[in-house]
Amino acid sequence: MAAEGTGHHGPMEQFEIKKIIDLDLLGHDISFTNSSLMMVLAFAVIVGYMLFAMRGRALVPTRIQSTAEVVYEYIAGMVKENIGEEGMKFFPWVFTIFIFILVLNIFGLIPGNFAVTSHIIVTFALAAMVWLVATFVGFWKHGVSYLKLFAPSGVPLWLMPIIIPIELTSYLIRPISHSVRLFANIMAGHTMLEVFAGFAVLLPWWGKIAPTGFMVAFTGLELLVAFLQAFIFTVLTCIYLNDAVNMHH
Amino acid sequence: MFAGTTMLFAVAAEAAGEAAHKGGLPQLNPHTFETQLFWLVVTFLALFFVMSKIALPRVGEVIEERRDRIKRDLDAAARLKDETDKALADYEKALADARSNASGIAKDTREKLAAETESERHRVDEQIAGKLRDADSRIAASKSKALSAIGDIANDTARAVVEKLIGQDVSSDDVKKVLRPVAGE
Repeated sequence: MAAEGTGHHGPMEQFEIKKIIDLDLLGHDISFTNSSLMMVLAFAVIVGYMLFAMRGRALVPTRIQSTAEVVYEYIAGMVKENIGEEGMKFFPWVFTIFIFILVLNIFGLIPGNFAVTSHIIVTFALAAMVWLVATFVGFWKHGVSYLKLFAPSGVPLWLMPIIIPIELTSYLIRPISHSVRLFANIMAGHTMLEVFAGFAVLLPWWGKIAPTGFMVAFTGLELLVAFLQAFIFTVLTCIYLNDAVNMHH
Repeated sequence: MFAGTTMLFAVAAEAAGEAAHKGGLPQLNPHTFETQLFWLVVTFLALFFVMSKIALPRVGEVIEERRDRIKRDLDAAARLKDETDKALADYEKALADARSNASGIAKDTREKLAAETESERHRVDEQIAGKLRDADSRIAASKSKALSAIGDIANDTARAVVEKLIGQDVSSDDVKKVLRPVAGE
Protein backbone atom coordinates (compact mmCIF):
# COMPACT_ATOMS: atom_id res chain seq x y z
CA MET A 1 0.00 0.00 0.00
CA ALA A 2 1.05 3.55 -0.64
CA ALA A 3 0.50 4.45 3.00
CA GLU A 4 3.08 1.88 4.05
CA GLY A 5 5.47 3.45 1.59
CA THR A 6 5.31 6.76 3.44
CA GLY A 7 5.89 4.87 6.62
CA HIS A 8 3.00 6.01 8.91
CA HIS A 9 -0.28 7.91 9.21
CA GLY A 10 -3.09 5.60 9.99
CA PRO A 11 -6.23 7.49 11.04
CA MET A 12 -5.72 6.29 14.62
CA GLU A 13 -2.19 7.58 14.97
CA GLN A 14 -3.47 11.07 15.84
CA PHE A 15 -4.73 9.65 19.13
CA GLU A 16 -1.29 8.44 20.27
CA ILE A 17 -0.08 9.95 23.51
CA LYS A 18 3.43 11.27 22.88
CA LYS A 19 5.75 12.16 25.70
CA ILE A 20 7.37 15.57 25.56
CA ILE A 21 9.06 15.57 28.96
CA ASP A 22 9.54 12.37 30.94
CA LEU A 23 8.32 12.88 34.50
CA ASP A 24 7.94 10.48 37.36
CA LEU A 25 6.16 10.96 40.69
CA LEU A 26 6.72 8.26 43.31
CA GLY A 27 6.84 5.60 40.64
CA HIS A 28 3.87 6.99 38.77
CA ASP A 29 4.27 8.15 35.19
CA ILE A 30 3.19 11.78 35.03
CA SER A 31 5.12 12.66 31.89
CA PHE A 32 4.28 15.92 30.17
CA THR A 33 2.70 14.76 26.91
CA ASN A 34 0.93 16.22 23.88
CA SER A 35 -2.27 15.74 25.87
CA SER A 36 -0.89 17.61 28.90
CA LEU A 37 0.31 20.39 26.61
CA MET A 38 -3.21 20.87 25.23
CA MET A 39 -4.71 20.93 28.73
CA VAL A 40 -2.20 23.50 29.95
CA LEU A 41 -2.73 25.57 26.80
CA ALA A 42 -6.49 25.39 27.29
CA PHE A 43 -6.06 26.53 30.88
CA ALA A 44 -3.82 29.40 29.79
CA VAL A 45 -6.11 30.50 26.96
CA ILE A 46 -9.27 30.37 29.09
CA VAL A 47 -7.70 32.26 31.99
CA GLY A 48 -6.07 34.74 29.62
CA TYR A 49 -9.31 35.28 27.75
CA MET A 50 -11.44 35.77 30.87
CA LEU A 51 -9.00 38.11 32.56
CA PHE A 52 -8.33 40.07 29.37
CA ALA A 53 -12.01 40.34 28.54
CA MET A 54 -12.86 41.56 32.05
CA ARG A 55 -9.83 43.82 32.47
CA GLY A 56 -11.93 46.99 32.17
CA ARG A 57 -14.90 45.68 34.14
CA ALA A 58 -16.84 48.31 32.24
CA LEU A 59 -20.47 49.08 32.88
CA VAL A 60 -20.84 49.49 29.13
CA PRO A 61 -18.89 46.43 27.97
CA THR A 62 -16.32 46.31 25.21
CA ARG A 63 -16.90 43.73 22.51
CA ILE A 64 -14.68 41.09 24.10
CA GLN A 65 -16.19 41.75 27.52
CA SER A 66 -19.64 41.15 26.04
CA THR A 67 -18.56 37.73 24.81
CA ALA A 68 -17.34 36.75 28.28
CA GLU A 69 -20.62 38.00 29.74
CA VAL A 70 -22.61 36.07 27.14
CA VAL A 71 -20.86 32.81 28.09
CA TYR A 72 -21.36 33.60 31.78
CA GLU A 73 -25.06 34.37 31.39
CA TYR A 74 -25.53 31.38 29.11
CA ILE A 75 -24.22 28.90 31.66
CA ALA A 76 -25.83 30.76 34.57
CA GLY A 77 -29.15 30.57 32.71
CA MET A 78 -28.65 26.86 32.11
CA VAL A 79 -27.92 26.23 35.80
CA LYS A 80 -30.90 28.30 36.99
CA GLU A 81 -33.24 26.74 34.46
CA ASN A 82 -32.27 23.17 35.37
CA ILE A 83 -31.56 23.36 39.09
CA GLY A 84 -33.06 26.64 40.20
CA GLU A 85 -31.58 29.49 42.22
CA GLU A 86 -30.05 26.98 44.66
CA GLY A 87 -28.01 25.54 41.81
CA MET A 88 -25.97 28.74 41.55
CA LYS A 89 -23.73 27.30 44.31
CA PHE A 90 -22.45 24.92 41.63
CA PHE A 91 -22.19 27.55 38.91
CA PRO A 92 -18.38 28.05 38.96
CA TRP A 93 -17.87 24.32 38.79
CA VAL A 94 -20.38 23.82 35.93
CA PHE A 95 -18.88 26.81 34.12
CA THR A 96 -15.38 25.32 34.44
CA ILE A 97 -16.58 21.98 33.05
CA PHE A 98 -18.26 23.68 30.08
CA ILE A 99 -15.50 26.02 29.07
CA PHE A 100 -12.75 23.45 29.62
CA ILE A 101 -14.44 20.84 27.43
CA LEU A 102 -15.43 23.42 24.82
CA VAL A 103 -11.92 24.80 24.48
CA LEU A 104 -10.34 21.33 24.45
CA ASN A 105 -12.78 20.23 21.73
CA ILE A 106 -12.08 23.28 19.58
CA PHE A 107 -8.30 23.04 20.13
CA GLY A 108 -8.46 19.45 18.92
CA LEU A 109 -9.85 20.65 15.61
CA ILE A 110 -6.84 22.80 14.80
CA PRO A 111 -4.74 20.69 12.40
CA GLY A 112 -1.76 19.13 14.14
CA ASN A 113 -3.27 19.54 17.60
CA PHE A 114 -4.17 16.71 19.89
CA ALA A 115 -7.81 16.18 20.91
CA VAL A 116 -7.72 15.62 24.67
CA THR A 117 -11.44 14.79 24.81
CA SER A 118 -10.98 11.96 22.30
CA HIS A 119 -9.60 9.86 25.17
CA ILE A 120 -12.11 7.89 27.18
CA ILE A 121 -10.03 8.13 30.34
CA VAL A 122 -10.32 11.93 30.32
CA THR A 123 -14.04 12.07 29.59
CA PHE A 124 -14.67 9.25 32.03
CA ALA A 125 -12.77 11.06 34.78
CA LEU A 126 -14.87 14.17 34.20
CA ALA A 127 -18.11 12.17 34.11
CA ALA A 128 -17.12 10.26 37.23
CA MET A 129 -16.42 13.54 39.00
CA VAL A 130 -19.89 14.78 38.05
CA TRP A 131 -21.48 11.52 39.16
CA LEU A 132 -19.62 11.48 42.47
CA VAL A 133 -20.42 15.11 43.23
CA ALA A 134 -24.11 14.63 42.33
CA THR A 135 -24.38 11.46 44.41
CA PHE A 136 -22.59 13.05 47.35
CA VAL A 137 -24.82 16.15 47.18
CA GLY A 138 -27.89 13.93 46.95
CA PHE A 139 -27.09 11.95 50.09
CA TRP A 140 -25.76 14.99 51.94
CA LYS A 141 -28.95 16.96 51.25
CA HIS A 142 -31.57 14.21 51.54
CA GLY A 143 -29.85 11.50 53.55
CA VAL A 144 -31.12 7.98 52.98
CA SER A 145 -34.30 9.30 51.39
CA TYR A 146 -32.18 10.13 48.32
CA LEU A 147 -32.74 6.45 47.50
CA LYS A 148 -36.37 7.36 46.79
CA LEU A 149 -35.00 8.64 43.49
CA PHE A 150 -35.08 5.00 42.37
CA ALA A 151 -38.73 4.55 43.35
CA PRO A 152 -40.56 7.40 41.65
CA SER A 153 -43.82 8.41 43.30
CA GLY A 154 -47.00 7.72 41.38
CA VAL A 155 -45.80 4.39 40.04
CA PRO A 156 -48.09 1.46 40.95
CA LEU A 157 -46.63 -0.85 43.56
CA TRP A 158 -46.61 -3.92 41.33
CA LEU A 159 -44.39 -2.06 38.87
CA MET A 160 -41.76 -1.33 41.54
CA PRO A 161 -39.84 -4.61 41.11
CA ILE A 162 -39.32 -3.61 37.47
CA ILE A 163 -38.89 0.14 37.90
CA ILE A 164 -36.36 0.09 40.73
CA PRO A 165 -33.74 -2.06 38.94
CA ILE A 166 -34.21 0.02 35.77
CA GLU A 167 -33.80 3.29 37.66
CA LEU A 168 -30.85 1.96 39.62
CA THR A 169 -29.10 0.69 36.49
CA SER A 170 -29.69 3.91 34.61
CA TYR A 171 -28.28 5.85 37.56
CA LEU A 172 -25.19 3.65 37.89
CA ILE A 173 -24.55 3.72 34.15
CA ARG A 174 -24.64 7.52 34.01
CA PRO A 175 -20.86 8.09 34.17
CA ILE A 176 -20.41 5.65 31.29
CA SER A 177 -23.09 7.07 28.98
CA HIS A 178 -22.04 10.58 29.99
CA SER A 179 -18.38 10.00 29.09
CA VAL A 180 -18.74 7.72 26.07
CA ARG A 181 -21.03 10.23 24.32
CA LEU A 182 -18.33 12.91 24.38
CA PHE A 183 -15.38 10.63 23.71
CA ALA A 184 -17.05 8.73 20.84
CA ASN A 185 -18.25 11.90 19.10
CA ILE A 186 -14.85 13.54 19.18
CA MET A 187 -12.98 10.39 18.24
CA ALA A 188 -15.35 9.53 15.35
CA GLY A 189 -15.15 13.04 13.94
CA HIS A 190 -11.37 13.13 14.07
CA THR A 191 -11.09 9.67 12.54
CA MET A 192 -13.34 10.70 9.65
CA LEU A 193 -11.27 13.82 9.05
CA GLU A 194 -8.05 11.80 9.07
CA VAL A 195 -9.44 9.15 6.72
CA PHE A 196 -10.46 11.77 4.18
CA ALA A 197 -7.17 13.61 4.63
CA GLY A 198 -5.56 10.28 3.78
CA PHE A 199 -7.52 10.16 0.50
CA ALA A 200 -6.54 13.69 -0.33
CA VAL A 201 -2.87 12.72 0.07
CA LEU A 202 -3.05 9.41 -1.77
CA LEU A 203 -5.24 10.22 -4.76
CA PRO A 204 -3.97 11.87 -7.96
CA TRP A 205 -4.73 15.58 -8.27
CA TRP A 206 -8.19 15.15 -9.84
CA GLY A 207 -9.15 12.89 -6.98
CA LYS A 208 -8.06 15.31 -4.25
CA ILE A 209 -10.83 17.80 -4.89
CA ALA A 210 -13.75 15.81 -3.50
CA PRO A 211 -12.15 14.66 -0.22
CA THR A 212 -10.66 18.11 0.40
CA GLY A 213 -14.03 19.78 -0.14
CA PHE A 214 -15.62 17.22 2.11
CA MET A 215 -13.04 17.91 4.80
CA VAL A 216 -13.74 21.62 4.70
CA ALA A 217 -17.46 21.02 5.12
CA PHE A 218 -16.89 18.34 7.72
CA THR A 219 -14.60 20.60 9.75
CA GLY A 220 -17.48 23.03 9.94
CA LEU A 221 -19.72 20.25 11.17
CA GLU A 222 -17.09 19.19 13.69
CA LEU A 223 -16.97 22.73 15.03
CA LEU A 224 -20.68 22.41 15.70
CA VAL A 225 -20.12 19.01 17.30
CA ALA A 226 -17.33 20.46 19.47
CA PHE A 227 -19.76 23.03 20.86
CA LEU A 228 -22.73 20.68 20.98
CA GLN A 229 -20.90 17.96 22.91
CA ALA A 230 -19.58 20.48 25.45
CA PHE A 231 -23.14 21.78 25.75
CA ILE A 232 -24.66 18.30 26.15
CA PHE A 233 -22.08 17.30 28.73
CA THR A 234 -22.87 20.46 30.71
CA VAL A 235 -26.64 20.12 30.43
CA LEU A 236 -26.43 16.52 31.65
CA THR A 237 -24.27 17.71 34.55
CA CYS A 238 -27.04 20.17 35.44
CA ILE A 239 -29.74 17.50 35.11
CA TYR A 240 -27.83 15.10 37.37
CA LEU A 241 -27.29 17.89 39.89
CA ASN A 242 -30.98 18.74 39.73
CA ASP A 243 -31.81 15.14 40.66
CA ALA A 244 -29.46 15.48 43.61
CA VAL A 245 -30.63 18.92 44.76
CA ASN A 246 -34.36 18.77 44.10
CA MET A 247 -35.04 15.05 43.61
CA HIS A 248 -37.43 15.96 40.81
CA HIS A 249 -37.76 13.10 38.48
CA MET B 1 -15.53 7.17 -7.85
CA PHE B 2 -14.86 3.47 -7.89
CA ALA B 3 -11.23 4.10 -7.17
CA GLY B 4 -12.21 6.33 -4.27
CA THR B 5 -14.44 3.67 -2.73
CA THR B 6 -11.75 1.05 -3.05
CA MET B 7 -9.29 3.42 -1.48
CA LEU B 8 -11.67 4.08 1.44
CA PHE B 9 -11.83 0.38 2.22
CA ALA B 10 -8.11 0.03 1.84
CA VAL B 11 -7.34 2.88 4.25
CA ALA B 12 -9.95 1.68 6.73
CA ALA B 13 -8.58 -1.85 6.61
CA GLU B 14 -5.07 -0.55 7.05
CA ALA B 15 -6.13 1.57 10.02
CA ALA B 16 -7.75 -1.42 11.66
CA GLY B 17 -4.69 -3.53 10.90
CA GLU B 18 -2.33 -0.96 12.30
CA ALA B 19 -4.40 -0.51 15.46
CA ALA B 20 -4.45 -4.26 15.96
CA HIS B 21 -0.75 -4.43 15.28
CA LYS B 22 0.11 -1.87 17.91
CA GLY B 23 -2.13 -3.47 20.49
CA GLY B 24 -5.44 -1.69 20.06
CA LEU B 25 -6.61 1.87 20.12
CA PRO B 26 -4.31 4.40 21.77
CA GLN B 27 -7.32 5.27 23.94
CA LEU B 28 -7.27 1.80 25.44
CA ASN B 29 -3.62 1.77 26.36
CA PRO B 30 -3.63 1.85 30.16
CA HIS B 31 -0.01 2.99 30.36
CA THR B 32 -1.08 6.50 29.37
CA PHE B 33 -3.88 6.75 31.94
CA GLU B 34 -1.79 7.97 34.86
CA THR B 35 -0.27 10.91 33.08
CA GLN B 36 -3.58 11.95 31.51
CA LEU B 37 -5.40 11.76 34.84
CA PHE B 38 -2.65 13.62 36.63
CA TRP B 39 -2.61 16.52 34.20
CA LEU B 40 -6.39 16.56 33.96
CA VAL B 41 -6.67 16.91 37.73
CA VAL B 42 -3.97 19.59 37.86
CA THR B 43 -5.33 21.71 35.00
CA PHE B 44 -8.98 21.27 35.95
CA LEU B 45 -8.40 22.20 39.59
CA ALA B 46 -6.25 25.17 38.58
CA LEU B 47 -8.89 26.33 36.12
CA PHE B 48 -11.67 25.80 38.66
CA PHE B 49 -9.72 27.82 41.22
CA VAL B 50 -9.05 30.75 38.88
CA MET B 51 -12.61 30.75 37.52
CA SER B 52 -14.38 30.54 40.86
CA LYS B 53 -12.06 32.87 42.80
CA ILE B 54 -11.10 35.49 40.22
CA ALA B 55 -12.68 35.42 36.78
CA LEU B 56 -16.34 34.61 37.44
CA PRO B 57 -16.78 36.96 40.43
CA ARG B 58 -15.52 39.78 38.19
CA VAL B 59 -18.08 39.00 35.51
CA GLY B 60 -20.81 38.54 38.11
CA GLU B 61 -19.94 41.83 39.77
CA VAL B 62 -20.12 43.77 36.52
CA ILE B 63 -23.43 42.20 35.52
CA GLU B 64 -24.83 42.76 39.01
CA GLU B 65 -23.68 46.36 39.05
CA ARG B 66 -25.16 46.99 35.63
CA ARG B 67 -28.45 45.43 36.70
CA ASP B 68 -28.48 47.60 39.85
CA ARG B 69 -27.65 50.66 37.85
CA ILE B 70 -30.41 50.02 35.35
CA LYS B 71 -32.81 49.31 38.18
CA ARG B 72 -31.79 52.53 39.93
CA ASP B 73 -32.24 54.50 36.73
CA LEU B 74 -35.61 52.91 36.10
CA ASP B 75 -36.66 53.64 39.67
CA ALA B 76 -35.56 57.24 39.29
CA ALA B 77 -37.46 57.51 36.03
CA ALA B 78 -40.55 56.04 37.66
CA ARG B 79 -40.22 58.47 40.57
CA LEU B 80 -39.87 61.44 38.22
CA LYS B 81 -42.87 60.25 36.27
CA ASP B 82 -44.89 60.05 39.48
CA GLU B 83 -43.83 63.57 40.36
CA THR B 84 -44.78 64.81 36.92
CA ASP B 85 -48.13 63.09 37.16
CA LYS B 86 -48.70 64.66 40.56
CA ALA B 87 -47.75 68.13 39.29
CA LEU B 88 -50.05 67.67 36.34
CA ALA B 89 -52.88 66.54 38.61
CA ASP B 90 -52.28 69.58 40.86
CA TYR B 91 -52.31 71.90 37.88
CA GLU B 92 -55.51 70.38 36.58
CA LYS B 93 -57.10 70.60 40.00
CA ALA B 94 -56.10 74.27 40.29
CA LEU B 95 -57.51 74.88 36.85
CA ALA B 96 -60.76 73.14 37.73
CA ASP B 97 -60.96 75.09 41.01
CA ALA B 98 -60.39 78.36 39.20
CA ARG B 99 -63.05 77.42 36.69
CA SER B 100 -65.63 76.56 39.31
CA ASN B 101 -64.65 79.71 41.26
CA ALA B 102 -65.16 81.82 38.18
CA SER B 103 -68.48 80.27 37.38
CA GLY B 104 -69.48 80.76 41.06
CA ILE B 105 -68.60 84.43 40.85
CA ALA B 106 -70.49 84.75 37.59
CA LYS B 107 -73.48 83.06 39.12
CA ASP B 108 -73.39 85.30 42.21
CA THR B 109 -73.10 88.38 40.05
CA ARG B 110 -75.94 87.23 37.90
CA GLU B 111 -78.08 86.57 40.94
CA LYS B 112 -77.16 89.89 42.54
CA LEU B 113 -77.93 91.77 39.35
CA ALA B 114 -81.18 89.90 39.00
CA ALA B 115 -82.11 90.75 42.60
CA GLU B 116 -81.24 94.39 42.06
CA THR B 117 -83.22 94.55 38.87
CA GLU B 118 -86.09 92.85 40.62
CA SER B 119 -86.09 95.30 43.55
CA GLU B 120 -85.72 98.24 41.17
CA ARG B 121 -88.66 96.97 39.15
CA HIS B 122 -90.57 96.48 42.37
CA ARG B 123 -89.80 100.00 43.45
CA VAL B 124 -90.82 101.44 40.07
CA ASP B 125 -93.99 99.33 40.14
CA GLU B 126 -94.72 100.65 43.58
CA GLN B 127 -94.13 104.19 42.39
CA ILE B 128 -96.38 103.71 39.39
CA ALA B 129 -99.02 102.12 41.58
CA GLY B 130 -98.82 105.14 43.95
CA LYS B 131 -99.13 107.53 41.09
CA LEU B 132 -102.08 105.54 39.75
CA ARG B 133 -103.72 105.71 43.15
CA ASP B 134 -103.20 109.50 43.27
CA ALA B 135 -104.55 109.85 39.79
CA ASP B 136 -107.53 107.65 40.69
CA SER B 137 -108.30 109.70 43.76
CA ARG B 138 -107.89 112.90 41.80
CA ILE B 139 -110.20 111.55 39.12
CA ALA B 140 -112.69 110.53 41.82
CA ALA B 141 -112.53 113.98 43.40
CA SER B 142 -112.98 115.66 40.03
CA LYS B 143 -115.83 113.28 39.31
CA SER B 144 -117.63 113.97 42.59
CA LYS B 145 -116.99 117.70 42.12
CA ALA B 146 -118.36 117.45 38.63
CA LEU B 147 -121.30 115.45 39.91
CA SER B 148 -122.07 118.04 42.61
CA ALA B 149 -121.74 120.73 39.96
CA ILE B 150 -124.26 118.84 37.86
CA GLY B 151 -126.71 119.14 40.81
CA ASP B 152 -126.28 122.94 40.89
CA ILE B 153 -126.63 123.15 37.10
CA ALA B 154 -129.75 121.01 37.34
CA ASN B 155 -131.12 123.33 40.08
CA ASP B 156 -130.37 126.42 38.06
CA THR B 157 -131.84 124.86 34.92
CA ALA B 158 -134.90 123.66 36.85
CA ARG B 159 -135.36 127.12 38.39
CA ALA B 160 -134.98 128.75 35.02
CA VAL B 161 -137.50 126.30 33.47
CA VAL B 162 -139.99 126.78 36.33
CA GLU B 163 -139.64 130.59 36.15
CA LYS B 164 -140.31 130.50 32.43
CA LEU B 165 -143.27 128.18 32.93
CA ILE B 166 -144.96 129.89 35.82
CA GLY B 167 -143.43 133.33 35.41
CA GLN B 168 -142.64 133.43 39.05
CA ASP B 169 -139.27 133.42 40.64
CA VAL B 170 -138.60 130.33 42.68
CA SER B 171 -136.02 130.22 45.41
CA SER B 172 -133.10 128.00 44.86
CA ASP B 173 -133.82 126.22 48.12
CA ASP B 174 -137.29 125.22 47.03
CA VAL B 175 -135.96 123.81 43.78
CA LYS B 176 -133.38 121.91 45.70
CA LYS B 177 -136.06 120.56 48.05
CA VAL B 178 -138.13 119.38 45.18
CA LEU B 179 -135.29 117.92 43.17
CA ARG B 180 -133.62 116.08 46.04
CA PRO B 181 -135.85 113.02 45.89
CA VAL B 182 -135.37 112.89 42.10
CA ALA B 183 -131.62 113.03 42.43
CA GLY B 184 -131.93 110.07 44.81
CA GLU B 185 -130.34 111.87 47.70
